[in-house]
Amino acid sequence: MSHKVIIPIGPYHPLQEEPEFFKLFVEGEKVSDIEIVIGYNHRGIEKICESKHFDQVAFVVERICGICSTSHPFAYVNAVEDLAQIEVPERALFIRTIIAEMERLHSHLLWLGLAGHFIGYNTVWMWAWRYREPLLDCFEMISGNRNHYAMMKVGGVRRDILDEYIPPLKKALDEINRAVDMFKGAVMDDPVIHARLKGIGVLTYDQAVEWSVVGPTARASGVDIDVRRDDPYGAYNRIDWTVVIRKEGDVFAKTVVRILEMYESIRIIRQCLNKMPKGEIDAEVKDIPPGEGIGHAEAPRGEVFHYVRSDGTNRPIRHKVRAPSYMNVASNKIAAVGQSISDATITLAAVDPCYCCTERVAVIDRFRNRKILDGWDLIRLSQEKTYKLRKK
Amino acid sequence: MGLLLNFLIFPGFLFSAIIGLFASWIDRKVTARIQWRIGPPWYQNFIDLIKLLGKETIIPRGNKFTFLFAPLGGVISITLVATILGKLLINPTQSVLGDLIVVLYLLIIPALAMILGGSSSGNPLASVGVSREMKLVLAYEFPFILSVLTMVIKAGNTIRLGQIITYQMDYGSGVGSLSGMLAFVVAVLCMQAKLGLVPFDISEAEQEIISGVFIEYSGFLLAMFKLMKSMLLYIMPLFLISLYWAENIGIYSLIGKYVFLLVIIILIKNTSPRLRVDQALRFFWGPVTLLASLAVILAMLGR
Repeated sequence: MSHKVIIPIGPYHPLQEEPEFFKLFVEGEKVSDIEIVIGYNHRGIEKICESKHFDQVAFVVERICGICSTSHPFAYVNAVEDLAQIEVPERALFIRTIIAEMERLHSHLLWLGLAGHFIGYNTVWMWAWRYREPLLDCFEMISGNRNHYAMMKVGGVRRDILDEYIPPLKKALDEINRAVDMFKGAVMDDPVIHARLKGIGVLTYDQAVEWSVVGPTARASGVDIDVRRDDPYGAYNRIDWTVVIRKEGDVFAKTVVRILEMYESIRIIRQCLNKMPKGEIDAEVKDIPPGEGIGHAEAPRGEVFHYVRSDGTNRPIRHKVRAPSYMNVASNKIAAVGQSISDATITLAAVDPCYCCTERVAVIDRFRNRKILDGWDLIRLSQEKTYKLRKK
Repeated sequence: MGLLLNFLIFPGFLFSAIIGLFASWIDRKVTARIQWRIGPPWYQNFIDLIKLLGKETIIPRGNKFTFLFAPLGGVISITLVATILGKLLINPTQSVLGDLIVVLYLLIIPALAMILGGSSSGNPLASVGVSREMKLVLAYEFPFILSVLTMVIKAGNTIRLGQIITYQMDYGSGVGSLSGMLAFVVAVLCMQAKLGLVPFDISEAEQEIISGVFIEYSGFLLAMFKLMKSMLLYIMPLFLISLYWAENIGIYSLIGKYVFLLVIIILIKNTSPRLRVDQALRFFWGPVTLLASLAVILAMLGR
């Protein structure tokens, strides 16, 4: 069996609905080598940012990814505040933290569902996404949007979390807590899942350090890093929480880390809601002085890093972004080689590579060939739904 | 003429195709309800099939004859099984010597058709699927035949399917005894693999090898494969019922038992992830074969 066959995963493949290309060199069922090609979706975000003024950039970087849509603006405002030495009001820090943790919750639930789908367990997929819905409703209640919340702003946040939003938010958290309990039981007690995930795609501590992986991928290999604790931003140093670490480094450990992190997120949000002080939600920002600033944030997938340089005008002259998946995807070269194809696919997906695609929808009556709904109608519908949610 | 009608209409091709497509709809609908979705309307599988029939059929370079014939062969063999089984359940005394063995052989042909069709397409993903399907056939065929053997022994060493049915009508169903029950459990597990459903949908794993063996199929030929799978969803439970659970073969009793088996299939499908092919092999040759052997030994002891 020395005959090598190339199994292409991507650029379009049911495994990952995103333009990434993993070329698996396969002997029989065994993956002997892997070639990773990325860059199918380059949109020139950094260049675009250099032509926008500082307030607009927050919206641009939000569009880098639909799932970490708060981590990028969070890191960016951290960078600008570092550059201009802006004091952010206490309440804004708490609101930022709540939004960031809610995003981690929904992102981990999303990954859990996809991971289930990738090993053929579609029930987990549908259930995880179903329990993600109340959270998205909360986002909509607070910010008016399910995915791009546009909460971050240089110097503070754009919208307040009103007192009447807090009870439904707490209720949704209870519901998600129960759901996470259920998934924890379903994953940790299912012998077939153990058989499929344990000892698969192992990334040892040394390899994790050598390949500089970040986020849950690193923490599942025993690397004790978390920006939220190591370089506190937002309100993370004002509340009590722990960093989840696992030593095994296999796909199962990555799953467990993500599930346990969801509990931590729920804890953080609850504490924030209780401790949140009254007061202003944004500081007045005057000119951005010349200089450079760095900011990072712990996105659901790992550290997001933003670097901003200003020459004293109202636009950054250089903006550099490093997303976590960029570091994590490369580690597949170690983790996926030597596995069978079945294991390699879930290993590739276990780093939770970020999907950044958006699509527009039109509903068409095919019998009368008439448009029923287009983008604007959908926007109107979603605004009506937000209004209803808020009234409830 | 009568035989031809039997083969083409009832209980052969047309009848089993309609029941099979309807059963596939039940599968899709119940799965959807379990997963908090709404699910398709009842005619969805029929219009899917009609749509596929109207699509262009692309034939890759390679062995064209095998590529064309594989899905047709699969459908024809399943239709034959449907005819034999259906006629037997209407009148069990009509049994021919050795029809059980014929049915067993015919039931392997769908898997064989997938192997032949997939390998003749020359696609690397299909070849992975083919090798998985081959391993899977090797894995489940042995315990499956052992579990059938249990009933052969119980019914007094007969290889007439009709005689096994009449034996159960006289002396109680196979699942009523310990050995029959064990064999039935083994057969249900093997049925899941024969149907190619989760956790044994290894050869067409969508997320890994993009439907594997079917990847080059399109249009009419793909429709035939889909039809074959749907008919198999009707035939396999029916075969199991007539082997192990045939103390009463009235129409309502048959429908009830069939729905029960269908629910078990759907439940297994929706509560487990996909196995790796080596895990499936180990599973079938390990615990399942042990269980099947135990059933055969118990049957020999008359339990």
